[in-house]
Amino acid sequence: MGVAPILPHRKNGLKSRKDKAFRASGNTVSEPSARPKPTCFQELILTLQDYWARQGCLILQPYDMEMGAGTFHTATTLRALGPKPWYAAYVQPSRRPTDGRYGENPNRLQHYYQFQAILKPSPPDILERYLGSLQAIGIDTTLHDIRFVEDDWESPTLGAWGLGWEVWCDGMEITQFTYFQQVGGIEVDLVSGEITYGLERLAMYLFDKKTVYELPFNRADSDVPLTYGDVFLQNEQEQSAYNFKHADTQMLFRHFADAEKECAGLVAKRLPLPAYEQCIKASHCFNLLDARGVIGVAERQSYILRVRDLAKACCEAWLATQMAPAAERAA
Amino acid sequence: MAELLLELLSEEIPARMQARGAEDLKRLVCDGLKAAGLVFSEARAFATPRRLALVIEGLPTAREDVTEERRGPRVGAPEQAVQGFLKAAGLSSLEQAEKRDTGKGAFWFAVVTKKGGPTAEALPGIIEAAMKALPWPKSMKWGSGTMNWVRPLQSIIALFDGKVLAGEIAPGGRMAPVPFGDTTRGHRFLSQGEIRVSGFADYCAKLETAHVMLDPAERKRIILEGAEKLCDGAQIALKADEGLLEEVAGLVEWPVPMLGTIDAQFMDVPPEVLVVSMRTHQRYFATARRSDGGLANRFVVVANNVARDGGATIVDGNERVLRARLSDAKFFWDQDRTVLLEERLPALKDVVFHAKLGTQADRVTRIEILADKIAAFVPGADSAGAILAAHLCKADLVSGMVGEFPELQGVMGRYYALEEKLPPAIADAIGDHYAPAGPNDRCPTAPLSIVVALADKLDTLTSFWRIGEKPTGSRDPFALRRAALGIIRIIVENGIRLPLRQFFEADDLMAFLAERLKVQMRGRGVRHDVVDAVFGLGGEDDLVRLLARVEAVQSFLATEDGRNLLTAYGRAANIVRAEEKKDKALAGRIAGVPDVALLEQVEEKNVADALAAASRLVRPALQGEDYAGAMTALAGLRRPLDALFDKVTVNVVDKPDLRLNRLKLLNEIRATMDSVADFSRIEG
Repeated sequence: MGVAPILPHRKNGLKSRKDKAFRASGNTVSEPSARPKPTCFQELILTLQDYWARQGCLILQPYDMEMGAGTFHTATTLRALGPKPWYAAYVQPSRRPTDGRYGENPNRLQHYYQFQAILKPSPPDILERYLGSLQAIGIDTTLHDIRFVEDDWESPTLGAWGLGWEVWCDGMEITQFTYFQQVGGIEVDLVSGEITYGLERLAMYLFDKKTVYELPFNRADSDVPLTYGDVFLQNEQEQSAYNFKHADTQMLFRHFADAEKECAGLVAKRLPLPAYEQCIKASHCFNLLDARGVIGVAERQSYILRVRDLAKACCEAWLATQMAPAAERAA
Repeated sequence: MAELLLELLSEEIPARMQARGAEDLKRLVCDGLKAAGLVFSEARAFATPRRLALVIEGLPTAREDVTEERRGPRVGAPEQAVQGFLKAAGLSSLEQAEKRDTGKGAFWFAVVTKKGGPTAEALPGIIEAAMKALPWPKSMKWGSGTMNWVRPLQSIIALFDGKVLAGEIAPGGRMAPVPFGDTTRGHRFLSQGEIRVSGFADYCAKLETAHVMLDPAERKRIILEGAEKLCDGAQIALKADEGLLEEVAGLVEWPVPMLGTIDAQFMDVPPEVLVVSMRTHQRYFATARRSDGGLANRFVVVANNVARDGGATIVDGNERVLRARLSDAKFFWDQDRTVLLEERLPALKDVVFHAKLGTQADRVTRIEILADKIAAFVPGADSAGAILAAHLCKADLVSGMVGEFPELQGVMGRYYALEEKLPPAIADAIGDHYAPAGPNDRCPTAPLSIVVALADKLDTLTSFWRIGEKPTGSRDPFALRRAALGIIRIIVENGIRLPLRQFFEADDLMAFLAERLKVQMRGRGVRHDVVDAVFGLGGEDDLVRLLARVEAVQSFLATEDGRNLLTAYGRAANIVRAEEKKDKALAGRIAGVPDVALLEQVEEKNVADALAAASRLVRPALQGEDYAGAMTALAGLRRPLDALFDKVTVNVVDKPDLRLNRLKLLNEIRATMDSVADFSRIEG
């Protein structure tokens, strides 16, 4: 810890706490947004970051490995376990190789962005806070129809499940909202409220675009205004080709086996964080192999179970570090 | 008399759990009241997406002390009995009990006074216990708490006689308790701040002002009337959908129906696809053209908001979402039609049906073989057609559309077959082969459809049976009961003469089917014991014939002749059975026709003649499946038999030959009647 952490301005911190008290007593939030309504993809991200920072969340950066969803980030999977409170928000690039469409489908991408906020333990006014984020990004609840529709979440590979809703805005799903009950097969000590926005879909709705590639990535009045397609279309085309045609399956099988072995070894050495990275690696190899169509239906289940076993072992090892005093761990 | 008002406000409760949750709350609180000796006049429960509410009227404000007497053991009884008595009565020693002489000796008596007092003191415990016991289908913890509820609990109204009850619910952990109070919140977007209420009438009125319609029936009425009015205005008809109405009423506290339009480019996609997409993904109601009943290009969406632009933004948004959804559907429809069903078959080899039963391709092979065999028994079905339909019936499982909408399996196969210009009967057989999916579903009637639908269900039933996956109690993971019921309905409703035993390897499968048959036929007034009686003959595997016989026996038993003959049968069978019990070798000696020379009394001669006459008629009648005729023949036995039991003693002590011959006669009566049905299984 050689670098001094940058602390938030004290005055802002106090103000933020007062806001919370106000929110808890009101039914809907009409808190003045710190930022004007977003007009492009990157402003949507900035607005959400800004909003959740003011809710007391750490603003983290994406995990620097390939993963299928923001839930895989250690800031969610691992931090959801154990007795320590945790508020964080971050963008996570999410890779789903089988969803690749060579850039030809307006709604499906093999690489897209999720914005995730996790509040542990879930505060009593978490729904009001969430609705506040919708106001912040420009969804006016006096014009739109917001609905909470039952949607229970389960991740077979993470051995995790929770109850919650998909949130609809005028019939469109704009958010997944989940109260985590189990992660890595372990019942949680404190329940996390997990809020996941599919950013492209939300942006298409906000900016009224029929295809993701037409989304304005930055402001129209920028020096170099670019669309989502300008930034990512070529990537979708090339990566789809890689995912479906060129990924070396023998190598991937090997990588899966190596990662699995390494993960188990690291768990035994009680190093849950590097072990978990190997688990993520194995999971992504599996996703690529799945996209290449080389995993039969029967094998598929067994691969999912193998990843789940890794995730479970990592979660158990992590939990042990959260429970044991630090001195003991150092020894 | 006073009123109890309870409201449990929470985050959004899943629509499917609301009605049941409200009823459970009512039941549990009422049970608690009864157990505490509190009577009331009426209890009503309500649910909205955010609250369960319960009002109980006519409760007393206080209870009298209730004195109960409990008799204990005899004075001087063993210590163990005394201790048991003291514990049950809540006494610490015999000094608190009374000794009384009952006339039958001295006994210990406990006189226990249950303290009465204000009802308000008893209610909090009852409410807490009911909330603990409430069985949500799925519940969760939140925050740092340990309490389980369907979604985080936010506030509680607990008012009795206009006053807040003393109490609270502690979610546990470091979370603040939720106190009993008199405030709630209105609509999430159309109301601000807390609402304070004084009683149920005030609660309803204030909720209404705060844009919450408490009664689900009222919400359903508003949705239906509003939707119908919109449809009237657009000259179309609303497609009734009770299940969807129920769900939508559980998604809104303040329903506002609106009319949207389906983009014209999607109207040539099969209507089933549009309806499923609108219903399952979006919870929209479909509408129909008034001219021909075909799907109209409008839909009804029910919003939970009164928007300040009159709903224009909401309708526009919903239309956009539907456009995106239907673009997907149209994409699949266009893509799927570029591939022939036949070309899809290899992909079925990669789809595992069940680990022990192979792939969907293996399943198709089995269904083809079955269809070929079954076709011979279904008039109008040709074997080649049946095999082709069976061959293609699962191909749509690997189409894009069914991948997206599994509930369209079969339906899409039919459309794709028609697009390929396959004969309509083949297409229909593919489309119908999952039917009937339930007791209220349509049953196939076209010959090829019957064949493939039967083959599919027979394969399911026999395959899972073979690997030992038989249903037990409440567990029937592969829906074998439904498959059996489907087989029964198709056979019975179409009068198909199918010898089932040719398809069943296991003996107990026929018995399983008979059980389902009883369940199925109960609804139509068919007696289960009569089914047993006919099924008990063994060997019958033709359900149509079996039911014809059952029907004849049941109508016969409804006549006076039938009832009397059954009594006579019972007497004959009882006597023979009693004698057989005494003499193990008797059964062998009384088999066969009685010796005419030994018939002494005119009554036994008459019975023997009547039996001979009946036998002559019964056998050919049974062979000709004239069961009514067989019953008429048996009816002739009634009077001679009545006379026999009046006048003739069977067990004559001093004439063993005579006795044996008379037992033979009775045995013959039994045998003749049992050739029609096992009358011993008929419940008097």
